[in-house]
This record gives sequence, structure tokens and C-alpha cells, in this order.
Amino acid sequence: MAITKVMGIETEYGITVPGAPDSNPVLASSLLVNAFSGRGRKVRWDYEEESPLRDARGFEAAREPETPAEDDLGLANVILTNGARYYVDHAHPEYSSPECLDPRTLVAYDKAGERILAESARRAAELAPGGRRIQVYKNNTDGKGTSYGTHENFLVDRATPFARIVRDLTPFLVSRQVFAGAGSLVRDHHDGSVAFQIAQRSQFFEVEVGLETTLKRPIINTRDEPHADPERYRRLHVIIGDANMNEVAIFLKTGALAIVLNMIEDGAIPGDEWQLANPVQALRAVAKDPTLRTTVERKDGRRLTACELQWHYLDAAKTYLKDRETSHWQVEVLERWEAVLALLEEDPLKAARTVDWASKYQLMQQIADRDGLEWEDAKLALVDLQYHDVQLDKGLYYRLAAAGRVERLVAEQEITTAVTEPPADTRAFFRGRCLARYAPQIAAAGWDAIIFDIGRETLQRVPMLEPTRGTAAHTAAVLDASPTAEDLIRNLQS
Amino acid sequence: MARDSGGGAEQKRRTPGKQDAEQEEAQASPDIQEKGEELKEELDALLDEIDDVLEENAEEFVKQYVQKGGE
Repeated sequence: MAITKVMGIETEYGITVPGAPDSNPVLASSLLVNAFSGRGRKVRWDYEEESPLRDARGFEAAREPETPAEDDLGLANVILTNGARYYVDHAHPEYSSPECLDPRTLVAYDKAGERILAESARRAAELAPGGRRIQVYKNNTDGKGTSYGTHENFLVDRATPFARIVRDLTPFLVSRQVFAGAGSLVRDHHDGSVAFQIAQRSQFFEVEVGLETTLKRPIINTRDEPHADPERYRRLHVIIGDANMNEVAIFLKTGALAIVLNMIEDGAIPGDEWQLANPVQALRAVAKDPTLRTTVERKDGRRLTACELQWHYLDAAKTYLKDRETSHWQVEVLERWEAVLALLEEDPLKAARTVDWASKYQLMQQIADRDGLEWEDAKLALVDLQYHDVQLDKGLYYRLAAAGRVERLVAEQEITTAVTEPPADTRAFFRGRCLARYAPQIAAAGWDAIIFDIGRETLQRVPMLEPTRGTAAHTAAVLDASPTAEDLIRNLQS
Repeated sequence: MARDSGGGAEQKRRTPGKQDAEQEEAQASPDIQEKGEELKEELDALLDEIDDVLEENAEEFVKQYVQKGGE
């Protein structure tokens, strides 16, 4: 049965230290996180409920593809007052947004991540020796064969069979890149030629379903780590997606996916009919064609473009929501979804105001035309990279936004607020507020618990297994009535 | 919300012929021509501004941007 879609986005940012190519990215990432969270006491991350090796298909992986050893190394790993987690993952700073109840709020918190990284770099520059600067990019590839992730998370009803999710969601994820891709130049290893692809991540996916995220990446990731009551929920960990700069793209990619997941929970997708003959091949073929005319084959033998696959989901979504009570954001998603598909089919560049890849592709073409450049020119590779620079004065996405060439969805003030304040309508509210008020008494915290050390013999663990509780409505009164952590524990226990 | 369901492939969503004709007509109008020049000036200004903020030595900068895997 369709349940409320609690959602979030994790982003690993790319970093570089200009003029110092050999600098250690792990230390640089740590410096960024520490520079931002330096003031006040750092709260340790609570790993107790983490089980990244549990598989949604019902078994636990024998070996450990990813060891959470970061904490042992004493690497930066903090929770922010907005309810987000900000830490070092492998060799990247990662910002995991707080849980949000609607995609518009999620846009504000995802954009807040960009501001946090930019501010981290600014503060780190004041600390770093020799005037070195760490520069930060919200993208997913270095253009040299390496990818790092942007993962979306959605709360899903545990009763929905995982096989149905795989069946019904795969064609959606294969085709979503037409409006969700961030685009990148890809160099052919054999002849050195360069071509534009509409999504950064698509070329890095090799299998349809699996637990891995760093090699043999699957379209559907099976990590089963709900950070919530495992009897009732699963957390769908969507690893196939680009980091987006465009606010409308963030809104639409998560909003449309949230609606599609509700449809899957209610069995409203004609899954068997929509199966693709070869999803991985289709994913890559679609990515390679900025004209969007490439067709992919379904199991029933029909060939459709990615836009046509998306129209099918949109039409089904309209039918699904027609007789249901809809929220504002759902109505807006349907409208924007339709508008962007119509533009993309007419001429993809007409969608440049709301689609990252189209925006970037258009800019590259304009620069190439004016300067007489070939696609292989390093200047275009730099444009490809610097589009994602998180500095407001240098990032090319921000220059396009300042020139009024992209559509924005949230006011800058909402983003600024989201840097420090938690969303009001999920458990992130309680987490963020506790961090803001009682940090010295918090021994550790995670997605689903906060552990207080208030000088008693044992630590006091406050579980938060239900993502839709711990909201302002539930907890603002008790927080306001609790000037100290001792008061809070006492009030919660009474 | 009035579109039928499942027929995305068959539906024609644009009429290029008509649009092209409209565009030709539009180009003849002096107002539009002026607007076109204005847009070109705006674009030139934006591209100049982007030249100013782009990192120096593109080739070296891009070469040095090497990341380790993540996720």
C-alpha cells in the first residue's frame, strides 16, 4: 500500500587543490568537514543501526565490499543542526540531506549542501598552509574513468515485493536521465575523440540488480538498511542518478520517482508490458544521444524512445492520481513532468532552463561556436567541470542562473535557512534541534537514534525509528520545556 | 490531466511545419530583429563573463582534476 514518501539525497562531492595535484583527498575532505563544524563539540556518528551489507533480497553479504572504517581513522563525521550528516566517505566530503516529506523541501536541503561545501572551502582556506584552496564540485565523474555517487533514498512499504520494485522501476530509471541527467563529455579510449552524453553516471552502470555501489554498479541497488522499523519499511537506495545543480531537475527527478514508487506500492504499473529487453544497454544508448531520438527495445519487441517510456509513466501517474487526494507538490510534478517531456521531444535545447545537461550542452555549443572549438578542446572540458563548481561567483551554473537563463524553484533565503534549520515535518527536526541545543551532552547520533550522556551510569538512547515522528508538531513543546538535556530525558521518560 | 494513458508513442506532439512558417514570418519583423540583436548581445556578454571566471590554463586544470572512487 502506498505510504508517505520520506526522502533524502546523499552527495559525494569532487574536490581538487589547484596547483597541488598530489594532495591527499582524504585529508582535504576531513579539513572541509572540520572547518565547517569546527565550532562547538563534534558529535560522533552512531553506527549501531547501520548494516550496509544487508541485502533486500533477504541475505547478508559474506564479504565486506565497503568497510565503514572511517570512524576508526578518526575522520570527520558530524551531524548538523539542519539534521543532515556531513562526513568523509572514502576520498570525498559527503553531505546527506535530512529526511524530507516533499521534493520541494528536498531541493532546499540539497542546495543547502552546496552552500555548506562552499562555506567549508572558504573557512578551510583560512586554515590551510601556503594559501592553498580546496575547490569543490557537485558532479559525479572526473572524466578519467572514475565516478562517485549521488544517492537518493525513499521510504517504501516493506510489504511491496522487491521483485516488483525491480520490474516496475527499471524502465523509469533507465529513461529518467532525459530530464535528470547532468551531462558530461566522454572521451573514447581508443581514438581519443570526445562526445557529449546526457548523464554522467549512465556509462558506469553494468548490471540490473545488485548490492554493490563501487564496482559492477546496478541500476537497482539492493542495500537493505532501512534506518527505520524493518518490519514496516525498506529504504530504497537509488544509486543511479546524477548530482543536479538545477533546482527544477532535483524537484522533478525525486518528485516523479516518489509518485512512481507510490504507484508500484499500489500495483498501478503494468510492469510486465513495460519491461526492457536489455536495461543496461538501453541506459547507455539513451545517454549517448543528445537528440533523444534513440529507441530502445522492450521485451515485447516494440522500440520506444526514452521520452516515450517517460510519457507512459506520466500518463499512468495522471490516471493513478486522478481519483486520489493529491498534494500541491504532486500536482506540480505532473505539470512540470509533462512540460519538460514536451520540450525535450520538440528540441532538447528548449529544456535548457530546467534540465542540467541541456543547459550545459547549449553553453558548450555557444562557446564552441564563438571560439571555433572542437569538442576535444580543453576549454570545453573545463566548462563541463566548472558548471558544477559550488562557488557562487565561479560556478557556471550559478552564472547562468544569475543571468536569468535557468529557472529557480526556491528562494535563496529558503536555502540559507535550510543550512541551519531542520525540516519541520520529519524526525530530522528532533535530531537537528537536539544538536543545536544539547550538543555537549550528545555522545553519538544517527538517523534513527540520539544517545545522550547526561552523567548517569549508562548512556541514554532516544530511539527515532519512525521517520514521520519527531516532527515539530510532536516535539517542539517538549524541547521548549527542556532547557537542558537532563530535562529532555526526564520529560521524555515521564 | 486529460491525456489518455499509455499512448505516448503514437501521439504527435508538435507541428514543425507550422512553426517554421511562423518563425520565417517573425524574422521579417523589425521588432523581432531588434530583439534578436539584443539577445545576441546578452549572450556575448554572458560568454565574456564566463571567460573571466573560467580557471586559467584549462588543459592543466582539467588534467589535475583526478578523483578517487567513492560510494
